[in-house]
Amino acid sequence: MSFAAIKDRARSEWENLQGRTHILVSAATCGRAAGSQDVIDALGRELARHSLDVPVIQVGCMELCYADPLVIIRKADSLSVAYANVTPEIVPRLVEGYVAGEDPCLELALGTYEDGEDEAACIPELPRYEHELRLVLTRCGRVDPENIDHYIATDGYSGLEKALGMSPGDIIGELERSGLRGRGGAGFPTFRKWEQCRKAEVKPKYVICNADEGDPGAFMDRVVLESDPHQVIEGMIIAGYAIGAERGYVYVRAEYPLAIKRVRIALEQATELGLLGDDILGSGFSFTIEIAAGAGAFVSGESTALVAAMEGRRSEPRTRPPRLAEAGLWGKPTLLNNVKTFAYVPPIIEHGANWLSSSGTEGSKGTAVFTLAGKVVSSGLAEVPMGTTLRRLIYDIGGGITGDRQFKAVQIGGPSGGCLPGSLLDSPIDYDSLREAGSMMGSGGMIVMDEDNCMVDAARYFLDFSTRESCGKCTMCRLGTMQMLRILEDITSGRAKLKDMDRLLQLAEDVKDGSLCGLGRTAPNPVLTTLRYFRDEYEAHIRDKTCAARVCKDLIVYYILPDRCDRACEHCVLTCPTEAIKGGKGEVKVIDQEKCTKCGTCLDVCPPEYDAVVKLSPVSSLPSPDKTERSAKK
Amino acid sequence: MIGRDQSSQALSQILESRSSDRGNLISLLQETQEKLGYIPREAMETIADFLGIPPVEVWGVATFYNQFRLTPLGKHHTVVCIGTACHLAGGNLILEALERELDIKAGETSADGNFSLERVACIGCCMLAPVALIGDRIYPRMTPFKAEEAIIPYRQSNDGNTAN
Repeated sequence: MSFAAIKDRARSEWENLQGRTHILVSAATCGRAAGSQDVIDALGRELARHSLDVPVIQVGCMELCYADPLVIIRKADSLSVAYANVTPEIVPRLVEGYVAGEDPCLELALGTYEDGEDEAACIPELPRYEHELRLVLTRCGRVDPENIDHYIATDGYSGLEKALGMSPGDIIGELERSGLRGRGGAGFPTFRKWEQCRKAEVKPKYVICNADEGDPGAFMDRVVLESDPHQVIEGMIIAGYAIGAERGYVYVRAEYPLAIKRVRIALEQATELGLLGDDILGSGFSFTIEIAAGAGAFVSGESTALVAAMEGRRSEPRTRPPRLAEAGLWGKPTLLNNVKTFAYVPPIIEHGANWLSSSGTEGSKGTAVFTLAGKVVSSGLAEVPMGTTLRRLIYDIGGGITGDRQFKAVQIGGPSGGCLPGSLLDSPIDYDSLREAGSMMGSGGMIVMDEDNCMVDAARYFLDFSTRESCGKCTMCRLGTMQMLRILEDITSGRAKLKDMDRLLQLAEDVKDGSLCGLGRTAPNPVLTTLRYFRDEYEAHIRDKTCAARVCKDLIVYYILPDRCDRACEHCVLTCPTEAIKGGKGEVKVIDQEKCTKCGTCLDVCPPEYDAVVKLSPVSSLPSPDKTERSAKK
Repeated sequence: MIGRDQSSQALSQILESRSSDRGNLISLLQETQEKLGYIPREAMETIADFLGIPPVEVWGVATFYNQFRLTPLGKHHTVVCIGTACHLAGGNLILEALERELDIKAGETSADGNFSLERVACIGCCMLAPVALIGDRIYPRMTPFKAEEAIIPYRQSNDGNTAN
């Protein structure tokens, strides 16, 4: 079948779907975690009960993670309505009301996709969409990721068809003009890697998609693979053609089973239509793609370590040069790009370099995809033009800070990135500005912190992660990070001295200098940025033994406010796992600090109308008589 | 727990269809773990033989990656997410609560084989933080007390000593 015929068939299927009532359910891993499978089952039952033949399409991430599970009922001749946080219990009402009937149940709706409804918000006009720009996420949450026809009907594989008629040099030239830089974090110009691989004379060559997303708080790559896998596959095929490779691999974490499943289905469907395999679309070019499941190691995100893992070895990086373009997988020239980098390629080829370069900043073109989590109202995914400010992202798109708390910091780029303070909220997000601030684009994970988060503890958390994930090859990364962690533990437990901060700084520089790969070279960043922007918190921990955020266990005590304690209530007494709370019915409850393990259960179970349990820091601020008990222990 | 004969039989089935290419080591370990639930020492020796490499090399790889476990899982595998968002929301308190209630540390299996406990770095549902998993079921927005309550039904379903 010619590509034109494939496209015609896909389009008619797509238009057929748009012309009838259908239901979209968010079913990426995040939607499933929120319970979308139960909702899908309930929809199936209700539709059958009403004998309705209405397709239920499991789409990928709809970006509004806080609203998951999200259900959209689309009607060709009426409103398309989205319902947030749907439970199986309200499904009968939705099916009866709006699928079988004409009542859109607007009182349950998040909003509609049409303008002019007074009772419900218009979703495309939500403030966040004013600031977003969808280049790479355009299909996420809109198409069925397990149906190639949906991809093709929305212009998928048109970039490949065009590329096959171009010379490899022209393709790479287009990439160069687009200004595309690697989306894995470091921001290396993509065309340069492709050019080096194209020029390499050794054969065979390989294309690898790096989907080993290991940052503990980032999941953009997973979302792209689960929501729109063909876009990545198409980018890889174009790369294979441009550099002269015949084989590609998607190296994806084994922890992402749904992503693996959807990529596998996508590969089968593409092969069936002749878009992968021998003689693609009659061009004479052949290319196959396999999945390699990573076994879980953060360091595998580093290119040479990833290659070692693919060869079945311990994932340890090696010195460069030689670059992968000269000697990569099995010693052959290898092109390695991140998931999103490949995803940008097809539209660049289809629409020209300007598609990307018309947005973004001078040095960073196009968009950046972030996951927004932590103490932010609307957590989820966001795609914004490079150069957007942090304030816009956190307040206009993320809806600001949860509760009545104050913004304290935003952590960008996970264990390799840094914590940036409020004074930098107006700085633009791009590769170069972030690096200047001591952070990096990294994975694109963004975690918002408020007053209840301790910056020293945050630095300790990331260091702890880096020490666990260090492969152990370089001494400074293996032992230097461990020493840094020990110092941070001393600080958070009140055992440190002020001069320890200088030792921390010295060690941070040594670890950077003495490490071969990105893991070690960037592991000190969370410590360096918190020391730079939140030094007063370090000093308070060391000098005053105070953790203002009341996070560091050794520096806090739990205390029951006598005037707030309802004497008749016994929640805390009955639930305390160590029986540390004394006071019978009708008495004020008192915590025995000797027995207290600071598990937080009493704070958790104290009814909100009393709100009698508080955390105090420093420990010495505990009012007597508890104080006496405490000092007796010391 | 799977008997030794069964496990060696399952392993030979896996090896039958595979080439003895050194590059297959990780996928062989993955398949072994999928079939057996963990990677027994004998399996590492068999795989080493099959690939023609020293057993210590298989050991080196099996202990390098987070995915591989060298001991069997409990009947109810319990996972606490300690990703960034979960940590900031108090994930460590959830882990401590479960360690206390199950009387095992992260990475261990209870003596009766009913529970195993593991800490992982991010399962990717940061908006539900802090998160725990028991088996396939996700428990969002946990508190230490909710964690204690969550494991109760699994205790009751413990129909005796499953570890022989």
